[in-house]
Amino acid sequence: MNELFIQIVLGISIASTPLIFAAIGELVVERSGVLNLGVEGMMIVGAITGFAVQFHYNNVVLAVLASIVAGMMLATVFALLTQVLLTNHVATGLALTLFGLGVSAFWGRTYSKVTVDRIDAISIPGLSDLPVVGPLVFSYDPLFYLSIMAVSLVWYFLNKTKKGLILRAIGDNHDAAHAIGHKVVRYRFLAILFGGAMAGLGGAYLSLVQVPIWVEGMTAGRGWIALALVVFASWQPFKVIVGALIFGGISILQLHAQGFGVNVDAQYLSMLPYLMTIIVLVTLRVRSKSKSDRVMPHCLGKVFHSTQ
Amino acid sequence: MIRLQTRTNNSNAMVFLSPILALTLTALSTFFIFFLAGVDGFGAFYVLFIEPLSTKYNFSEMLVKAAPLMMIALGLSVGFRAGVWNIGAEGQYTVGAIVGGAVGLYFYEVEGFWVLPLMSLAAIVGGMLYAGIAAFLRTKFQVNEILVTLMLTYVAILLLSAMVHGPLRDPDGFNFPESRLFHDSATLPIIWEGTRVHIGLALAVIFSFLTYFWIKKHISGVQINISGSAPRAAKFAGFDENKAVWTSLLISGGLAGLAGLLEAAGPVGQLVPHLPTGYGFTAIIVAFLARLNPLGIIFSSLLIALTYIGGENAQITYDLPSSITSIFQGMLLFYFLACDVMIRHKIIFSFSKNINHE
Repeated sequence: MNELFIQIVLGISIASTPLIFAAIGELVVERSGVLNLGVEGMMIVGAITGFAVQFHYNNVVLAVLASIVAGMMLATVFALLTQVLLTNHVATGLALTLFGLGVSAFWGRTYSKVTVDRIDAISIPGLSDLPVVGPLVFSYDPLFYLSIMAVSLVWYFLNKTKKGLILRAIGDNHDAAHAIGHKVVRYRFLAILFGGAMAGLGGAYLSLVQVPIWVEGMTAGRGWIALALVVFASWQPFKVIVGALIFGGISILQLHAQGFGVNVDAQYLSMLPYLMTIIVLVTLRVRSKSKSDRVMPHCLGKVFHSTQ
Repeated sequence: MIRLQTRTNNSNAMVFLSPILALTLTALSTFFIFFLAGVDGFGAFYVLFIEPLSTKYNFSEMLVKAAPLMMIALGLSVGFRAGVWNIGAEGQYTVGAIVGGAVGLYFYEVEGFWVLPLMSLAAIVGGMLYAGIAAFLRTKFQVNEILVTLMLTYVAILLLSAMVHGPLRDPDGFNFPESRLFHDSATLPIIWEGTRVHIGLALAVIFSFLTYFWIKKHISGVQINISGSAPRAAKFAGFDENKAVWTSLLISGGLAGLAGLLEAAGPVGQLVPHLPTGYGFTAIIVAFLARLNPLGIIFSSLLIALTYIGGENAQITYDLPSSITSIFQGMLLFYFLACDVMIRHKIIFSFSKNINHE
């Protein structure tokens, strides 16, 4: 098997994993009827938290857990504002992104010139050494496997459990769900926390696996791409993986394009993932206009207040 | 438990009190952050909020920063009223600067009163077309304008970088990724001697009043307003939703484009890769702090501009990173949104499980 091919496949998985984490979290949030535009902010705070903990304690488990907690802390602010104080989802999410970018830059200023030990790919004795299959299936880092597991669990939760059904019902019609006695605010609060945890984890992946350094603003719009991925996946968990692989693929191919003799300025190639997002959103609508309307949670982004 | 009870009438007192309360809470939180960072709170506070107002230089720089914020926020407020979320003003700002700047560079060393108006026109059209992409995709394919405008922002910033590395690079600039300096006819007139305050500030204030009267008095402005606050009513009244989308995206795109050119042909004086510094995003906060009121935007843009100057001063005096500004801005919006809840609701703290509903 071609060395370059394996290298590209591994590269794509590394580029896709943070997107999978952030998008699967936001997917649950949106399925509950909440639009959290703060993904980028939660991700970058997760990135700096994971990095700082890894730098001081050199313990990857602790670092990953800390970034999850950090993402959840920011999500708590969002949940309190939108669920208890009934603020506008869009404005609050944007404030969260700004706040997260600011906090991470403020905190991260002392970490700009250091590196940490990155999380390595696991090697399974016997399996990882197999030709072809070894490097292609059994040679990823543990967080990659975790991201696939998270998607599967979310799929199971949403489609196979009673609580998942209630969560979807709340996202589609919070007034009806409230009327039959479901705790709208509680479900949404927990969904938002899950979204924060996953975004934090996605951020940790950036600073602990992708590149073990801290750079201000290192998420570079991945939180926003994750939001687009949720729409791309038409709110279906497994399609998130497909979408993330496509986006990861574009960003990796863009790196290798010059190697293949494509003579285009780097700036134009870097535009590809963003342009691709738009093109995909459009073709999706052209292909199945009515279908995606049906899957979008009907109460997405609407403020819920039980007057009764 | 915290419970919200809807008021029968909006509280007029809270309309005025909530911004003050939000500012106070933000100030206290900033103190706390300084405390954590080991900085003298009172000193830093003076540097952040008083010093910018105390010298001519700082005060004028505040006005320079307020101009683009005011202009972009005005356009955004129109869209937000209509429920159209243009989050990518930063991109339209950048495209405006590229297109308007390119016109200025094309007429390099050509003297004439028409050069600047032509550049401005090009910038407005550039910004409009760029935002128009989102309007087209939303009205034609129901594609979410938040994502489209945002993705296009990253594209625009990369395009600017490609331009100043390529076609628009200064031929005598030793390969630095910068354009030529705009010549005199392509540079904004200064309206306050000895400072960088340019005509853009006057334009922004005039636009604020125009937008105010348009929204309040003119039928198309009222339609925009209603299609956001009561979409169903707007539909029954026969207002065209697509028209509201187009109008608000074209206005916000045009104003953001103009703001980009004013920055390039004003304080910066050339096209540089770091021209987009986040005004397009900060303007969203400016618009919300003004509760989307065009006249309020004059004040909120000054307040946010103050935090920029204060942040820069804190960087010099206390070696604090300038990111303190975005922490501050994010918190201010959090508190402001939270406090504004009290205009329409009473907050009731109750500790018993059985609440008697009225």
